[in-house]
Amino acid sequence: MNAEFGHLAVILAFMVAIVQMAVPLTGALKGWQNWMAVAVPAALLQAALIALSFASLTWAFVTSDFSVALVANNSHSAKPMIYKISGTWGNHEGSLLLWVLILTLFGAAVALWGRALPGRLKALVLSVQASIAVAFLAFLLFTSNPFERLAVPPLDGNDLNPLLQDPGLAFHPPFLYLGYVGLSMAFSFAIAALIDGRVDPAWARWVRPWTLAAWLFLTIGIGIGSWWAYYELGWGGWWFWDPVENASFMPWLFATALLHSAIVVEKRNTLKSWTILLAILAFSFSLIGTFIVRSGVITSVHAFANDPTRGMFILLILAVFIGGALTLYAFRANALRSDSVFSLVSRESALVMNNLLLVVAALVVFVGTVWPLVAEMATGRKLSVGPPFFNLSFTPFMVALAMMLPLGAILPWKRARPGRAMRPLWGPLALSVALGALVWSLQTGGRMLGPVGAVLATWVLLGALADLGQRARVGKAGAGEVLRRLGSLPRADWGKAVAHGGMGVMIFAISAITAWQQEDIRVVQPGERFAFAGYELTLERVERVEGPNYSSDMAFIALDRDGRRIATLTPEKRFYPVQRFPTTEAGIDLGVTRDVYVVIGEQQPDGGWVVRSFVKPFANWLWAAVAFMALGGVLSLTDRRYRLGAAVRPAARAVPAE
Amino acid sequence: MRLVLALCLALLALPAQAVQPDEVLDDPVLEARARALSKEIRCLVCRNESIDESNADLARDLRILVRERLVAGDSDAQVLTFLVDRYGEYVLLRPRFTAGNAALWLAAPALLLLGGGVAVVFVRRRARIAASPGAGGPDRPLSPDEQARLDALLKDGGGR
Repeated sequence: MNAEFGHLAVILAFMVAIVQMAVPLTGALKGWQNWMAVAVPAALLQAALIALSFASLTWAFVTSDFSVALVANNSHSAKPMIYKISGTWGNHEGSLLLWVLILTLFGAAVALWGRALPGRLKALVLSVQASIAVAFLAFLLFTSNPFERLAVPPLDGNDLNPLLQDPGLAFHPPFLYLGYVGLSMAFSFAIAALIDGRVDPAWARWVRPWTLAAWLFLTIGIGIGSWWAYYELGWGGWWFWDPVENASFMPWLFATALLHSAIVVEKRNTLKSWTILLAILAFSFSLIGTFIVRSGVITSVHAFANDPTRGMFILLILAVFIGGALTLYAFRANALRSDSVFSLVSRESALVMNNLLLVVAALVVFVGTVWPLVAEMATGRKLSVGPPFFNLSFTPFMVALAMMLPLGAILPWKRARPGRAMRPLWGPLALSVALGALVWSLQTGGRMLGPVGAVLATWVLLGALADLGQRARVGKAGAGEVLRRLGSLPRADWGKAVAHGGMGVMIFAISAITAWQQEDIRVVQPGERFAFAGYELTLERVERVEGPNYSSDMAFIALDRDGRRIATLTPEKRFYPVQRFPTTEAGIDLGVTRDVYVVIGEQQPDGGWVVRSFVKPFANWLWAAVAFMALGGVLSLTDRRYRLGAAVRPAARAVPAE
Repeated sequence: MRLVLALCLALLALPAQAVQPDEVLDDPVLEARARALSKEIRCLVCRNESIDESNADLARDLRILVRERLVAGDSDAQVLTFLVDRYGEYVLLRPRFTAGNAALWLAAPALLLLGGGVAVVFVRRRARIAASPGAGGPDRPLSPDEQARLDALLKDGGGR
């Protein structure tokens, strides 16, 4: 009965969503208070119903109810409990239900905590949210029902893909979905503003936390996915420019741009219609991402043609939401006049540049991702667009962004004098060039990537510190005064510095790991010792180990340096009998300046084992950089102005005309 | 998002590893060239993987083929041309700059120029308004409407 309750709850939620879409919208257009008021209880009821159905699906997975087709296809009784739970969303139908769950929970959050939100805006926002829910619930009910029963339940399930049985991947999709769906809030606010015909700093103050939260979740989700690829796929790669990765990266780039342009709306009451457009685009690219991943269209046009129902349905959703939103924008954007002015050299101009670089970079990723599809449909040519293309055409944008970031971040609003603004930055500039020269002279071999990366990274990192230093009047005030000022800086300023610093660390880590990685491949006999990159490695033995639902060859490799034991690494080669699928588990010695990364391969006829060893310089700095960016997001999100009086809509403009 | 990637890997991965010890060339310069080339060549039966990363048997065959051509004295470009003649341009992870691919390669500079142009026009218009007195600049006299609002505010006793 459990699965039927879940199914019934989804159907009821679908009907509630239809009501929530139509009634508050009508109320807002006609000015009927009691119709608008329907939005709040409907949003809460919808969230409760979807939560109920998600719980019942999770229960089916936890209790291994193989009469439910989804469970039989994606679970197994011997699977560890955590992967039974994460298996709920480790498949198409379940992940869609998770998508809708997050959507409705966000709607409920607006309903609960949006008391201070103007009634009309709230009704419109919740109505737009409900329209997204209607589309996805229809998709779920008509093409991807997770609660389908099997007439004859199998004795045991087909198990979850072993690659997904991993803590990293258990939490990767929920975070990404939190990000995607978080952008739907920015979208709903944008559409509501277009219907409403007004955008002001109070509006931006409502949108920014949602965008920040979405950006934060996307950052964490992409970071987790990258970390998982690093240790699980067996060659220590962390970014592949795969279409499904790009699907999450494009919304991230748009969210980053939106985050910055919303600051301009909030503080300076300008760039309004551009910000609205960005909010629409950011969520549109989330939808496109969902389409790319869920329809399989990028894998092959033919995969799409084989099962066109789902693909066509998502395409329809895309057309309605993106087309509808852009049409509405075309008609209403003119109503959003921006009235404040700024000069060519100003924080506003710098943020326009930031937006330009991020958006064009995202569009380049988009063109590269869909190009094989376009070329095949247009001319029938089959071609590939892979990492070499993206590295070449994407990197210049990030280099340009890094070059202008410290100056742009420190420029005053409205009108700036470049000479004066540069004053606190000469030190960081000189230091970063000096460090780059040092790196260049130390490194052997002629790649410029390492030194250039070091210059840019130091420039961005020290620039972020200089920004804080200037705010605290370092060098102008006494130490006590500086500390007091640092302590009383708004959290948003700390968030900005930490996130920008994280960007610097990221640049350094990416250049270092790409430029200075060392690799070794050889056949090693048990007991044999070999030297690599200043370390001695000894393959002590290889043991057969039985896991709960797999068997594994586990190698014990001693890692020594200068005769001292550093660690014993245990890379594994696992085999999952139910799915008949092998996986590799890398043995990694984590370090501050390098990871030593070892995987084992096949046993050779002579009894030796293939051992691949890598030294990955500063690999951990990548994850640290992601953590810094996320921390920056958290700091900004907890800024005082979002906790207090965010919704006060001043009668007159809040920004003084100076 | 990686679910699909993982699922496809699952279908395609075979119990072999990327570059094997027996494939490695003795000449380190040639081997380095082979590795660099391998990153540019798609494993044809895989999902968006280069032959350098892939575990598939076909990738191994291609890696050996690349090395054979290099040992035979081919330049990098000749190796790629050889592979394209055999397998079509699908094998290249970096599409060539041809008439058919011009839009792909020109997308970045064209979008940047276009966006940059729009941004410059926008910013300069703002700046011009700022510079010219009388039109939106800070020194502009108040319009009658604004004057009325100001009077109303002042009468309120300085706001709340």
